[in-house]
Amino acid sequence: MATQHARSAARLMLAPAVILLLGWMLVPLTMTLVFSFKKYLPLRGGDLGWVGFENYIRFVTSSAFWPSIWATLIIVGGVLVITIAFGIALALLLDQPMWGQGIVRILVIAPFFVMPTVSALVWKNMFMDPVNGLFAHLWQFFGAEPIQWLSQASLPSIIMIVSWQWLPFATLILLTAIQSLDSEQIEAAEMDGAPWRSRFIYIILPHLSRAITIVLLIQTIFLLGIFAEIFVTTQGSFGTRTLTYLIYQRVLESQNVGLGSAGGIYAVILANIIAIFLMRIVGKNLDA
Amino acid sequence: MARAVTTQRKALNTVAAWTVGLLIFFPILWTILTSFKTEATAIADPPVFLFFDWTTENYAAVMQRSDYAQFLWNSIFIAGGSTLLGLIVAIPAAWSMAFVPSPRTKDILLWMLSTKMLPAVGVLYPIYLLFIRLGLLDTKIGLTLVLMLINLPIIVWMLYTYFREIPGEILEAARMDGASLRDEILYVLTPMAVPGIASTLLLNFILAWNEAFWTLNLTAAKAAPLTAFIASYSSPEGLFYAKLSAASTMAIAPILIMGWFSQKQLVRGLTFGAVK
Amino acid sequence: MGRITLDKVTKSFGEVNVIPPLDLTINDGEFVVFVGPSGCGKSTLLRLIAGLEDVTSGQIRIDGDDATRMPPAQRRLAMVFQSYALYPHMSVRKNIAFPMKMAGIPEDEQKRRIDSAAKALNLTDYLDRRPGQLSGGQRQRVAIGRAIVREPSAFLFDEPLSNLDAALRVGMRLEIMELHKRLATTMIYVTHDQVEAMTMADKIVVLRAGNIEQVGSPLELYREPRNEFVAGFIGSPKMNIFGGNPAQQHGAAKIGVRPEHISASTEAGTWEGVVGVAEHLGSDTFLHVHQTGLADTVTVRVDGELPVKHGDRIFLTPEADKIHRFNEQGLRA
Repeated sequence: MATQHARSAARLMLAPAVILLLGWMLVPLTMTLVFSFKKYLPLRGGDLGWVGFENYIRFVTSSAFWPSIWATLIIVGGVLVITIAFGIALALLLDQPMWGQGIVRILVIAPFFVMPTVSALVWKNMFMDPVNGLFAHLWQFFGAEPIQWLSQASLPSIIMIVSWQWLPFATLILLTAIQSLDSEQIEAAEMDGAPWRSRFIYIILPHLSRAITIVLLIQTIFLLGIFAEIFVTTQGSFGTRTLTYLIYQRVLESQNVGLGSAGGIYAVILANIIAIFLMRIVGKNLDA
Repeated sequence: MARAVTTQRKALNTVAAWTVGLLIFFPILWTILTSFKTEATAIADPPVFLFFDWTTENYAAVMQRSDYAQFLWNSIFIAGGSTLLGLIVAIPAAWSMAFVPSPRTKDILLWMLSTKMLPAVGVLYPIYLLFIRLGLLDTKIGLTLVLMLINLPIIVWMLYTYFREIPGEILEAARMDGASLRDEILYVLTPMAVPGIASTLLLNFILAWNEAFWTLNLTAAKAAPLTAFIASYSSPEGLFYAKLSAASTMAIAPILIMGWFSQKQLVRGLTFGAVK
Repeated sequence: MGRITLDKVTKSFGEVNVIPPLDLTINDGEFVVFVGPSGCGKSTLLRLIAGLEDVTSGQIRIDGDDATRMPPAQRRLAMVFQSYALYPHMSVRKNIAFPMKMAGIPEDEQKRRIDSAAKALNLTDYLDRRPGQLSGGQRQRVAIGRAIVREPSAFLFDEPLSNLDAALRVGMRLEIMELHKRLATTMIYVTHDQVEAMTMADKIVVLRAGNIEQVGSPLELYREPRNEFVAGFIGSPKMNIFGGNPAQQHGAAKIGVRPEHISASTEAGTWEGVVGVAEHLGSDTFLHVHQTGLADTVTVRVDGELPVKHGDRIFLTPEADKIHRFNEQGLRA
């Protein structure tokens, strides 16, 4: 579709982006891979030589490993369920005719733009604080004993904070998808006498399935890496140490780079498994 | 689209949607309100909502912290710099892929996307080490580079989807009119893509502004942006609710405003064009 | 000057051969029309001349210079695109000025040329508008204006009228022809519409699957189509083609008779049939005659006043000297 001249120009102009990203991907990843096969303790002797797969075995056999997997699964799963379920409901609601739709949209989307450290801190101090938090006041008002949110119900608390941040994302994408649904289709179903529930199950939900899958995959990739919310609230204590946080602690807090790198490689593999599914969907969309 | 509904039904929708909307927005609203209270009012029992003596003393207090301006400037520098740098690299790349597609274009796009999914924590130490070696640790330049790299796939993708909507004939017309490749991109493509470029810029500024892994781990005192400044309120300073709120409000207000402008483009940017 | 020569030019996209070796000479000042059904390679050929595509092999010469590897900008050609391809973010004035700006022509000279082009094209009142605020015909004029001011050695038109409605198309057609008479610059014009080709061209190039089927003046093509394809493509309504017995009587595998070269009568004639549909245009009537034993339908042009209707029996007589004979390969015999 173009001349040789244009094609060589195109290659030249694509090169910087490709080289930068290739470097960004390969250099650190190779280093992590190398470290993961070494006993490497920067503060206690540095590079202590090759150890084969020892770090990989130690990482998964350490007592912290399975709890971290659980914490990760519960947080990611919990946030996904909440954001997608409420996201669908909210998207359906926002799609209805109403007054001030634009403003409501803005209100709903706002949490997505709040920086993670701010939202974690605001929730932690102003809502979940067992003495001065708004929830404590609310519980007291109903005569209940205030909950020590971040220690007694640490995982639900984190899930709540993160869900609040990601609900707008799910809602916005699902709303966009709903709006692309041909209203004649729904009207035709209505004419056919389909009650609301059937219309939802047989027309709206299938139409949304692609958008839901996309939300699921993209959120999973971002949620696997949540950091600031835990860093600011519990620092990984009270059972909130996710895989990401565990690796972070191994690398920067206990300065066991070899062990942390092995964990890092596990995380890379995990993310890639999910990424493959996402890329398939996105790739199919490119052809269309 | 516009289906006829009864006013009653519409009123019901309105009430329901506004209730949910306000509930979701409440934490932000509460933060903004608290930022105008005195510290004593902020922790009053029972809590006060609107009827208190509004004060701006918290903002003054936060601003007076000698380093606030520094954090703010770092945020602006890092978010703005990484976005502009990303655009400079991404515009030619997106031009190539949108207008001179090759059989490999799709693979390159998907590969770029895959780099975005690399878990940051997996490469934390190597980057940390490289930063020490290159003297980039706790520098604005270093952080700008990292944020440019992590957002580059999104920038390329967004621009690619915008560029694909521009008819190739117009660029060919420019070529016939004697425009060099530089002229073509500078005088024809870029001005035509201004809306797309602007929303790309906006969204990536937001993403960079809010980034809270690399900004927390690669900075200390000198280059720390607002994310780190806020994190420093963790405790015990965090118990000063009013000041925490004022600092938070200042950190999120500009982004909220930008975000509202970019909400339409948000979906496209964050789903890599898969949902439009 | 604007003499363009194609010498054994070929073009393939990957494995697909779009243009087999092709030779063509376009003389200075000629109005040449490339015509053919969609997918015949006419637009590709134009883009090869423009330099928007590379030739796979062969040579393109413009005024004697080898232009095969020249970038489009250096070929001194101007192109008018089907979609007009105006710069939507620039005013009409800036659109027209763009090629001159690229060429580094001084401001006052730019202004002079813009004014004269705008005057010639009736755009003077619209110079400060954006293309989005113009009608289709006005946009087309801006595109032409942008081409004129470069003072190119040849103009290339890629189906420029196909986005306009029928009435406007006729008007623009005349404007382009007048422009050609005034500027006397070479013009190459691509269309799938044989009426445009017949009315506008000094020379028509009929293309099919990248091959040149025939080159000639409109009347040459009309009178002596070299093969069955050209015969069927040029002329409206289409030429009737018969095989079998009636053809053998004329010593050919197939014969063709144009609808206007058949006379109809209610009393007597060579062939006999039943009127299916009669299309009354006023001046003429087109009869679609069935059950002739010649072909499913025979189209005949008769006088507008001839009183015939559906179901009438009718006799047809071809003009003997206007019968085209074709051999087995479809070539003119």
